[in-house]
Amino acid sequence: MNVANEALAGHGPHGAHGAHGSGHGPSQKQYIIGFVLAILLTAVPFALVMRHSGIGTGVLIAAFAVAQIVVHVVYFLHVNNSPEQRWNLTALLYTVLMVGIIMIGSLWIMHHLYSSMTPGAMHHMVWSAKH
Amino acid sequence: MFGKLTLSAIPFNVPIVMGAVAFMVLCVIGVLAAITYLGKWKYLWTEWLTSVDHKKIGIMYMILAFIMLLRGFADAIMMRSQQALSYGSNMGYLPPEHFDQVFSAHGTIMIFFMAMPFIIGLMNCILPLQIGARDVAFPLLNNFSFWLTAAGAVLVNVSLAIGNFSRAGWLAYPPLSELHFSPGVGVDYYIWALQISGIGTTLTGVNFIATILKMRAPGMTMTRMPVFVWASLCASVLIVVAFPILTVTLGLLTMDRYLGMHFFTNSLGGDPMMYINLIWIWGHPEVYILILPLFGVFSEIVPTFSGKPLFGYASMVYATMAIAVLSMLVWLHHFFTMGAGPAVNAFYGITTMIIAVPTGVKIFNWIFTMYRGRVRFDTPMLWTIGFLITFTIGGMSGVLLAEPPADFVLHNSLFLIAHFHNVIIGGVVFGVFAGVSYWFPKITGFRLHEGLGKLAFWFWFVGFYVAFMPLYALGLMGATRRMDHYNVAAWHPLFIIAAVGAGIIALGIGTQVLQLVVTFVQREKLRDTTGDPWNGRTLEWSLPSPAPAYNFARIPIVRERDAYWDMKKRGVDLKGSTFVPIHMPRNKATGFIMAGCMFVTGFALVWQIWWLVIAGFAATVATLIRHAFDDDRDYHIGADEVRKSEALYDRVKAGSV
Amino acid sequence: MSNETLLMQNGSAALKPGYADHAADALRGLRQSGDAVDFQVEHHHDVAATIQLGFWIYLMSDCLLFSGLFATYAVLHGHTAGGPSGAQLFDLPSVLTETMFLLFSSFTCGLATLAMNANNRNATVGWLGVTFLLGAGFVTMEVREFAHMVAIGAGPSHSAFLSSFFTLVATHGLHVTCGLIFMVVMMVAVLRKGLTETNRARLNCLSLFWHFLDIIWVGVFSLVYLFGVAH
Repeated sequence: MNVANEALAGHGPHGAHGAHGSGHGPSQKQYIIGFVLAILLTAVPFALVMRHSGIGTGVLIAAFAVAQIVVHVVYFLHVNNSPEQRWNLTALLYTVLMVGIIMIGSLWIMHHLYSSMTPGAMHHMVWSAKH
Repeated sequence: MFGKLTLSAIPFNVPIVMGAVAFMVLCVIGVLAAITYLGKWKYLWTEWLTSVDHKKIGIMYMILAFIMLLRGFADAIMMRSQQALSYGSNMGYLPPEHFDQVFSAHGTIMIFFMAMPFIIGLMNCILPLQIGARDVAFPLLNNFSFWLTAAGAVLVNVSLAIGNFSRAGWLAYPPLSELHFSPGVGVDYYIWALQISGIGTTLTGVNFIATILKMRAPGMTMTRMPVFVWASLCASVLIVVAFPILTVTLGLLTMDRYLGMHFFTNSLGGDPMMYINLIWIWGHPEVYILILPLFGVFSEIVPTFSGKPLFGYASMVYATMAIAVLSMLVWLHHFFTMGAGPAVNAFYGITTMIIAVPTGVKIFNWIFTMYRGRVRFDTPMLWTIGFLITFTIGGMSGVLLAEPPADFVLHNSLFLIAHFHNVIIGGVVFGVFAGVSYWFPKITGFRLHEGLGKLAFWFWFVGFYVAFMPLYALGLMGATRRMDHYNVAAWHPLFIIAAVGAGIIALGIGTQVLQLVVTFVQREKLRDTTGDPWNGRTLEWSLPSPAPAYNFARIPIVRERDAYWDMKKRGVDLKGSTFVPIHMPRNKATGFIMAGCMFVTGFALVWQIWWLVIAGFAATVATLIRHAFDDDRDYHIGADEVRKSEALYDRVKAGSV
Repeated sequence: MSNETLLMQNGSAALKPGYADHAADALRGLRQSGDAVDFQVEHHHDVAATIQLGFWIYLMSDCLLFSGLFATYAVLHGHTAGGPSGAQLFDLPSVLTETMFLLFSSFTCGLATLAMNANNRNATVGWLGVTFLLGAGFVTMEVREFAHMVAIGAGPSHSAFLSSFFTLVATHGLHVTCGLIFMVVMMVAVLRKGLTETNRARLNCLSLFWHFLDIIWVGVFSLVYLFGVAH
């Protein structure tokens, strides 16, 4: 019985801990790291744009946004690859894929539509990542 | 006081509509009177309307779906007869503005309030049983979802009597659906009916995903799940992905219509094409949301009636998952003609052809499962074979349409109509009937009358071909969809044949109604005492028919795919001699009340009765908050009670009761 | 003996996520025979985990909802129809302040979670209160921004760009408002009933919701405001 008990309970997520909320919660350190990083990743792109630093700003804004989103996901939402989080992570990655398909697909389709249907209408314009 | 609503909103001067309204009102009064006469109000309220039991919710979904099938089919008969008549000097009996409402209502009702409730109903009834669970993850949410769907359905039907329905087709393309071109309340009815039921559907998707991921019996790994569960999982994932996009799209149209914004207008920078892009991001996955669960149904039926395990389980699962991703990559094939150019059209044309591959894999798997099996041709199997033939033809015409150049010719023609009815009737409708006839004993406790079931199948099967093959020809001859009148002599005979086909389908539906009545009358004779009438393979057949409220007195441990087949083979007895109290969720009125408030809010939004909008919305939120402080949510079924009911089933099985 | 053998055989399979908890419970003092188990004890942990997964999936659906709005904004943002563009309208310092309100509220929301895990009821409610104030400050600033734009003749019905701007940003704002209502309900619930199992599960959902809205806001200030001005 003991062997079986260990085999089943010991490795399972949360094992045989009857108590909840103890031991596997997020730590204060995580929140502080996340918070500091988030502040930095917010402040830099704002500074770049407000100072009109010009070239490559678009790409930089996008890069900082992605970095900050990752920071939030890791340090505030605490998503990781542990067994109890696996479905959350899977769902998140699938969602990112879907969001990507929807955003890129829509922009691509509408961009082509404008360039084929309204001659010289680039000023009429779809958003593109070239900035 | 009543916004735009006045007495003139009721179309007293249109005899066809008033006839339909009178019929509907009489039906409702009849049902209400019958309930009162039988003294069943309390029973209905406590046991059904407020029920959180997934089996009862499933049954309510399917009753709703069947009623909506009758309503949608009435629209279909009107269209077919109109088109059979209105050639040359004969203008038929439906004026254009009425005809436009009929085809808009037909599409909306059939997809949102017939097909969706049917598949969600089937999933509700069967999915928890197949994974060895006692209910879904969020039982009360399930009840709420159902009532939201019902509220949407009622809203569509109210539009028949008060005001009118949309004339802008089942997807309400702008600019036609914009305020400038559709100033009435029709489009608003469409929007709010779909928004309310759409929320319900999204919540159902969330609920089923959590159920499948968290509530499986011990030992049921992902790769031991029945294919129906896999298919339901992928369909639920697609629901969660796609329905929010529908919500957004309709929401933006609402902003245009109610707040004078310019998303899809022709002026001030609005772009109708963006609506078409967005709605099909929802629309194409929706097609797979409808068909995937039924692929699952066929994957249960074919092995059972062939007496063999499913051929190619892994490939079936991979194909289903591939569809869950690929179906998000094909939406543009619905608007090749928009003019996005060759690169875009080529990409989406190719992805469309690719998605036919996993579907083809499935077809071959079913055929190989039957190969060298002892195939029994009971009604569920007949529907399955009807599906295999019909769906394959429909799929082929779909691949034809996936070629952008061919699509340029066939776009918006009756060829397209023939194609999607070929896959939706041949796939979804036949699949639903297969599933219902297969699981009917499990859901109700008695089998459907077999002879009438077979007769209904043949009426449907023949009727389908007679009704829709002429449409392929008509499409190639240049007939467009949504015509209320035409002058081409060569088309006329084909439209008459199509109308005859619709008549044959009507006989099929009539036979099904008769089948239900006869089954009810002969229910003692048709009772399923074994719990396993078809020699089934999955866990639901290990339970008595119908399953008790708690489903499993003891949760089975799963050791193989086709868990129950494995247990039968090993002679395992699932019953123990001891029983423990079972923890169950309590029935609650919250879902019904909230959905009712949302229905009122929706109706008030249609007619712009602003005080009622605020009141309805506030009542919805208040009900939710009140519920949050309600701790009386569950109860236990005592061990004695479980022992008694299990003992009763044992005696029924032994034939002593 | 046979039971234990069976369970050991099942052990490896049962360790996969999804039912490992069930299987573990099945062994914890439960009667088990043949191929079935009774579930006798209450599975608060299971219930909480299921609720959290369900809520997470709802958040994913919300994410898709926003993706539709973002895509629409991205496509229509140049369609100003001769009216004002983002670069002419947006006031970055005030957006930065709004962002800081939300970011600080995310942090205090995290502190509320930590207080909850430390079983400190008053601190939980206190940090929720601070989070509420910061969130309310954010919503107030947003409403003032909108009011200002409408006042200077740049309301949502003036161009497709403005329609998509107002709808995207206001949808986020509405979500934040719902979060604020959720927060008030939770503060009352915790004060009345303490940190019960149910309240813990809901507080976890609230904190997921709040952090999630912050992520959406990162998208909003980057795509709408920063891109808009950098253009």
